[in-house]
Amino acid sequence: MTTTPGASPTIVLVGHGMVGQRFLEALAERGLTATHRVVVLCEEPRPAYDRVRLTSYFSGRTVEDLSLTDAAFLAEHGIELHLGDPAEHVDRAARKVTARSGLVVGYDVLVLATGSHPFVPPVPHRDAEGCFVYRTIEDLLAIEEYARAGAAVGTVVGGGLLGLEAAGALKSLGLAPHVVEFAPRLMPLQVDEGGGAALLRTVEGMGLTVHTGVGTQEVLVGDDGAVTGMRLSDGSELATDMVVFSAGVRPRDQLARDCGLTVGERGGIAVDERCRTVADPHVFAIGECALAADGRVYGLVAPGYAQAETAAAAIAADEERAFTGADPSTRLKLLGVDVASFGDAHGATAGCLDVVYSDSRAGLYKKLVVGRDGTLLGGILVGDAEAYGTLRALTGSVPPVPPETLVLPAGAGAPARLGPSALPDDAVVCSCHNVTKGTIRGAVTEHRCTTVPEVKKCTGAGTGCGSCVKVLGRLVDAELAASGVEVDKGLCGCFSQTREELYELVLALRITSYRDLLDRYGREGARGGDGCEVCKPAVGSIIASLAPSIGAGTHVLDGEQAALQDTNDHFLANLQRNGSYSVVPRVPGGEIAPEKLIVIGEIARDFGLYTKITGGQRIDMFGARVEQLPLIWARLVDAGFESGHAYGKSLRTVKSCVGQTWCRYGVRDSVRMAIDLELRYRGLRSPHKLKSAVSGCQRECAEARSKDFGVIATAGGWNLYVGGNGGATPRHADLLAQDLSDAELIRLVDRFLMFYIRTADRLERTSTWLERIPGGLDHVRDVVVHDSLGICEELESLMAAHVSHYRDEWAEVVNDPEKLARFVSFVNAPGTPDPVVGFVPERDQVKPDLPLLSIGPRPFVETLEGSTLR
Amino acid sequence: MTPALGTTDLKVRLRLEGGWFTVCDLSALLPGRGVAALLPDGRQAAVFADRAGRLHAIDNRDPFTGAAVLSRGLTGTHRGRPFVASPLLKQRFDLESGQCLDDEAVRVTAYEVTAYEAEAVE
Ligand code: SRM
Ligand SMILES: Cc1cc2nc3c(=O)[nH]c(=O)nc-3n(C[C@H](O)[C@H](O)[C@H](O)COP(=O)(O)OP(=O)(O)OC[C@H]3O[C@@H](n4cnc5c(N)ncnc54)[C@H](O)[C@@H]3O)c2cc1C
Ligand code: SF4
Ligand code: FES
Repeated sequence: MTTTPGASPTIVLVGHGMVGQRFLEALAERGLTATHRVVVLCEEPRPAYDRVRLTSYFSGRTVEDLSLTDAAFLAEHGIELHLGDPAEHVDRAARKVTARSGLVVGYDVLVLATGSHPFVPPVPHRDAEGCFVYRTIEDLLAIEEYARAGAAVGTVVGGGLLGLEAAGALKSLGLAPHVVEFAPRLMPLQVDEGGGAALLRTVEGMGLTVHTGVGTQEVLVGDDGAVTGMRLSDGSELATDMVVFSAGVRPRDQLARDCGLTVGERGGIAVDERCRTVADPHVFAIGECALAADGRVYGLVAPGYAQAETAAAAIAADEERAFTGADPSTRLKLLGVDVASFGDAHGATAGCLDVVYSDSRAGLYKKLVVGRDGTLLGGILVGDAEAYGTLRALTGSVPPVPPETLVLPAGAGAPARLGPSALPDDAVVCSCHNVTKGTIRGAVTEHRCTTVPEVKKCTGAGTGCGSCVKVLGRLVDAELAASGVEVDKGLCGCFSQTREELYELVLALRITSYRDLLDRYGREGARGGDGCEVCKPAVGSIIASLAPSIGAGTHVLDGEQAALQDTNDHFLANLQRNGSYSVVPRVPGGEIAPEKLIVIGEIARDFGLYTKITGGQRIDMFGARVEQLPLIWARLVDAGFESGHAYGKSLRTVKSCVGQTWCRYGVRDSVRMAIDLELRYRGLRSPHKLKSAVSGCQRECAEARSKDFGVIATAGGWNLYVGGNGGATPRHADLLAQDLSDAELIRLVDRFLMFYIRTADRLERTSTWLERIPGGLDHVRDVVVHDSLGICEELESLMAAHVSHYRDEWAEVVNDPEKLARFVSFVNAPGTPDPVVGFVPERDQVKPDLPLLSIGPRPFVETLEGSTLR
Repeated sequence: MTPALGTTDLKVRLRLEGGWFTVCDLSALLPGRGVAALLPDGRQAAVFADRAGRLHAIDNRDPFTGAAVLSRGLTGTHRGRPFVASPLLKQRFDLESGQCLDDEAVRVTAYEVTAYEAEAVE
C-alpha cells in the first residue's frame, strides 16, 4: 500500500522517543502540524515515554505515569502515529520510507530520531537466558519478571550513570547487586577520582558490591543455558543469576547508513548546525542518533531537545536557530545519592584551578573548577548537590562570593547561602528547556503567575528532568516577595501562623485551650469567633501531642478538646458513607492469638457487622451505629483488646513479617520489635497519620520502606528508614541510620517522630515533610542523630511523657457516664437507632442500604436527586 | 424539704410547622459540637450551640450523601457567620440560613431555635 501525499507537504518522523515527541510539540507550537501532514513511525509498542525516569518504575511509578504524550495531543494536531511499525528502508531518490508492515509513506521532510542502542560487549554467551539490557520499558518488564522468578544476585556490567541506575533497580527488586566496571572508578565520564571514591563508599554502604578495574570475559551458563555467573578479566568468577549490560550506547544509524547518508567514524548521522544531514537537505537527524556540528554525539536529553527545536525552526524557516553544542551537565539521584557534574567538570581549560571539599565520612565530595580570573568553569558534586541549580547557572561568570564558600556544608564556617537572587538575568536556570532567570521573573511580574505549577506551565521550565524545580520555587517566592505580593503561609483564615509556629506557641506558653490561642494569636477578625474546621483539629492535635507536657487533659474528649476533634476522633471510630462507623481493634504487629480471632468473629456476628482484613494487618468491622460503639468496645476490652486508630492523625499500625522465629531467612525478631513499637507510639497525635513496619531481613516482606518509619533487620542490628509513603504518591523511605541496637533504635525513632511533629505542616506526611524542609534528610540526620540543634533531650522527654501517660481512650469512654452519654443517635430519643442507617445482604455479609439514603425528605434540593446520589 | 422557689431548667426548642418542639436540656449542648434530634414527622434536626451561647438548628441530612450526619460536623465562623462543615465530604453550610457555601444550588432547612426556662418539676 502506498499512501499518496495530499495537497499538504508531508513530514515523516522516524522514532517516537523523547526527542521525537519534543520535535512533534515544536512542530505544533510553530503551527506546522496545521500546514503539514505528519506521520510518525514508532518501533516500540507504545508512544513516547520518559526514558530518563525509567528507573522510577521500580519505586512505584507506573508505565502510564511515564508516558510523555496522550491521544488528545496526537488527535488535536492530526498526527498519524504507527505503533510497533519501524522504518526499514528509505528511498532518498523517490523520497519514500517503507515500514515493516509494508506501509510506504512519501515525504517532503524526513526526520530521523532513532536514538541509541545499548552496547553489549562481544563476550561468549552474552545472549544467554538471564542477560538483559536497560533501555526500554520492555527491557525493564523483562528484568522484573526474571528477577521475581527467583533470582537472588544480579550483576550489572558497566559502572557509569546508567549502570548504577540499573544496579539500583536490581536492588529495589530485592536482588543483591554487583557492578563490574572496567575503569578504575565509578561514573568515569562524570566524576573524577575523588568523586568516584566518595561515590564508591556511599553505594557500598547501600549494599552494592563494586568491582572496578576489571572487565567481563565470559558469561557462564548452566546446563539449561541460563546464566549462572561471569568470568572476569582478573581470572576470578562471580556467581550471578542475571546480567544487565550497561556498557554504553551506540547511535542507531543503520537506516541512515543503508540509504547512503554520511555517518561519523564512530557512528552518528552527520548533521549541520540546523540539524540537517550533510548529505541530503530533505533529511534531518536529532537526538542521540545525530552527530552534531560540533563533532559530538550527545547522550543526554537536554541537547536532544535543543536539536528538536532547531530542526523544527529550520523546517518552519521562521527563526534563525542553530545547534552548535550543549552543556553536558547532569544531576541525578542514584540510589538516593546526589551526583552532579556541570561545565568543565574535569578541568580541561588551560590554567584552571580546583577548589575541593571532601568529607569521606559523610560521603561528600565537591569540586569547583575556577579560571584564573575567578570565572566559575564547572564542577562536580557528590553526596550533596543542593547547590547544583545555582552553580550551573553561575557557570561562565564570576560568582559574587568566594568559590570555597559555595562548597562548604552548612555549619562548617558559616557558608554563604547563595540564593538564586544572586544569578544574573541571562543565567539559564532550566537547561532542559533553555529558560533563563529573566524569563521566569517575567512569568511572575508580567504573566501574573504566583505558583511554581503556573510558572512551569507558562515557561516550560522544570518540565524536563526536574532538577531545576527547587531553584524555580525559590525564584518565584523571591520575585513575589519583591513585587510586594504577600505570600500567606498561614494555617487558615483564622491563623496567620504556620502549624510549626503554633506548635512552638503552645509548647512555650503552655497554652492548653484552643479558644485562648485563637483569642490571643488568631487573625484580627477571627478572634472571639468559633474558628474553622481546618484549625480546630490541627490545634487539637498539637495540644493532644503535648498534653502531658503542657498540663492539658490527656483524653481527646476532655473538656473543650471534644469540640475540636474531627468526627472520627470525636466518636473514636471511622465514619462510613451511610453514617455508620467502623471499628478496627488494635492488633499490635499483626500478631493475634486464635482466641482473639474468635472474639472478633463473635462480636461481628453478634452486632451484624461486615468484616474485612485490612491492608494494615488488622480486621475491620463495619456498620456499627453510634450507640453500638461503646457496647462493642466493652466486649473488646473484656477480651483483652483495645480498639485501634484507623482514624485520627496518629499511629496506625506497625506491620511485621514473621521474622527470625519462623522464617528461614530472618535474622532478628521482627514481630517482637513491631509489637514494641506499636505499643510505644500508639495514641500519639501527629500532623498526619504515621505508619510503620518491621522486616526480619533485607527481603523486606513487611514493606518497611513504604512507611513513615520502617525498620529492617540486619546481621548487625536494625536499619532505620524514614519518610516512606504508599498511597497516591509513593516514596521509598531513606536510610537514617544503620545497625542500631534495640535501645538505639527506639531512641532515634522517639527523636525523629517528635521532631516531625514539631516542624511539619498540617496534613503533611513524613515523606513530603522530608522533601520540603531545608536541608532534607541530611538536616534531619544532623538534628536527630548528631543533635546539631541541642534539642534531642527535649524531644526524648516529650516522647517519654507521651508514653507514660498513654491510656486506652475507648475503655475510658466505656467507664465515663458523661462521655458515654454522647454515643446516641438522637439526643431526644436515646434508644432509637438512626433510620437512615440500614443494610442489605451481599456475599454472605451486609452492605449499606444506599437507596435508603435518598428516600428521606429533602426540601430545596430536588436538583440533586439522581445526580450525586447513587 | 422546701422546694427552692423559681428553680428553672433551660431547655432547647425548635419551631416546627405545628408549633414549638422541645428537644433537650441546654446543658446537653457542648459549644462547637452538635446533637441530632428526631422530629415528630421522622425528620432529623442538627442542633448546635456556639461559644457565645447562640443556638442554631438545620436539617441533619447531608444533601450530598443522604446520610444523617451534619450534627457530627465541625463548626466555625466564616465572615462573622456561623457554619458547620459536613463530616463526610466537608461542604460548609451556613447555620442561620441552611445555605451551602460551596454550592449555591444547595440549601437545607434551617429551624428557629431558642432556649426557654421550663419550671423545674418537683
Ligand atoms: C481499611 C483500609 C482499607 C482496607 O480495607 O484495607 C483503609 C481505609 C481507609 N483509608 Fe487507607 N486504608 C487502609 C490501608 C491503607 C494503606 C496500606 C497500609 O497502611 O499498609 C495505604 C497506603 C500506605 C500509606 O498510607 O502510605 C493507605 C493509604 C491511604 C491514604 C493515602 C495516604 C497518602 O499519604 O497518600 C488515605 C487518604 C489520607 O490519609 O489522606 C487513606 C484514607 C483511608 C480512609 C481513612 C478514608 C476515610 O477517610 O474514610 C479509609 C477509612 C477506613 C475505615 O473507615 O475504617 N488511606 N491506606 C486499610 C486500613 C489499614 C489499617 O488496618 O489501618
Ligand atoms: C535508564 C536511563 C536513564 C537515563 N537518565 C538520563 C538522565 O538522567 N539525564 C539525561 O539527560 N539523559 C538520561 N538518559 C538518556 C536519555 O533517555 C536519552 O538521551 C533520550 O531518551 C534520547 O532521546 P532520543 O529520542 O534521541 O532517543 P530515544 O528516547 O531512545 O528514542 C528513540 C526511539 O526511536 C525508535 N526507533 C529506533 N529505530 C527506529 C526505526 N527504524 N523506526 C522507528 N522507530 C525507531 C526507538 O525504538 C526509540 O523508541 C537516560 C537513559 C536511560 C536508558
Ligand atoms: S522479610 Fe521477614 S518474612 Fe520476609 S524473608 Fe525476611 S525474615 Fe522472612
Ligand atoms: S533543568 Fe531539566 S527540567 Fe529544568
